[in-house]
Amino acid sequence: MWKFVVPFAIFTALGAFLFVGLYRDPSYVPSPLIGRPAPEFALPSLQDPSYPVASKELLGKAWVLNVWGTWCGGCREEHGTLVAISQQKVVPIIGLNWKDDNAAAQEWLRQLGNPYSAVATDHEGRTAIDWGVYGAPETFLIGPDGKVLYKHIAPMTFDVWNKEFLPRIQAAQSAQGTQS
Amino acid sequence: MSPANFVRAALVAAGIALGGAALAIDTERDFADPALQARYEGITRELRCLVCQNETIADSNASLAVDLRREVHQMIAEGKTDQEIKDFMLARYGDFVLYKPRVTGKTLVLWAAPALLLLFGVLAAVRFIRQRAREADIATDTDQAGPEAGQS
Repeated sequence: MWKFVVPFAIFTALGAFLFVGLYRDPSYVPSPLIGRPAPEFALPSLQDPSYPVASKELLGKAWVLNVWGTWCGGCREEHGTLVAISQQKVVPIIGLNWKDDNAAAQEWLRQLGNPYSAVATDHEGRTAIDWGVYGAPETFLIGPDGKVLYKHIAPMTFDVWNKEFLPRIQAAQSAQGTQS
Repeated sequence: MSPANFVRAALVAAGIALGGAALAIDTERDFADPALQARYEGITRELRCLVCQNETIADSNASLAVDLRREVHQMIAEGKTDQEIKDFMLARYGDFVLYKPRVTGKTLVLWAAPALLLLFGVLAAVRFIRQRAREADIATDTDQAGPEAGQS
């Protein structure tokens, strides 16, 4: 009887693991930054490179960092969603223009709309590495205390915004509200 | 072997021998100090390219791999230790970036699994062989007993 039970039990256990695995993305890399202070940066702004965009200035309120580039198909896909979200005026969306060309990026925003309160240009890719970026588009939620609350990899959708970002933003803002 | 086949065999052998060296497309300048260059090559072969996830950053052409090689190059030039460079990558990308994962609670199953499976396999094989041997023993005993069994 055991000759039957043991292999069957192993088969069932293995089957369960593999079944769960079907619903997971093997290329997804979870971020070790969640819950940690957001990496600081001070980069030239897209519209006026002599003017810096500094992460320090964003302390005290929740904000979103969106990593994008004109070369990135998924970024184009999500752009309309980002524009709509920015019009809700919930939190500022800061763009991180990654390994891109300033002129192309400016033209892209002119044509497709600009959801960003400010765009920082990262030509070297150093800041992107600090944030653990490995493929655009990626979108981070940072809390008022400067800690990374959430990271979304792949194009932003209303579904993700409503399910993952908004509740966390509301929680962070109400936690802030209770402190005086 | 016919001459034609010999030539074919020689070509295949040459292809295997020469094709084995993977030329990494590395635009970083070599270090003047061979010890530093050896460290650079060692570390870049231990870090995973997060874009082409089954390649090291030494082998990958991805733009991110180029950037990460530059970072490693810079850190070695600044005098950082191998562990500091790995910690830098771990802090940003997590355990997946190392080809040899750290031995932590989470990765213990990963490290132990091959040894455990081998042990399990060996035990199962030993049991199976012993059982077969026992059955063979019983069979030969019966054979030996056969011709004499009928005698009183």
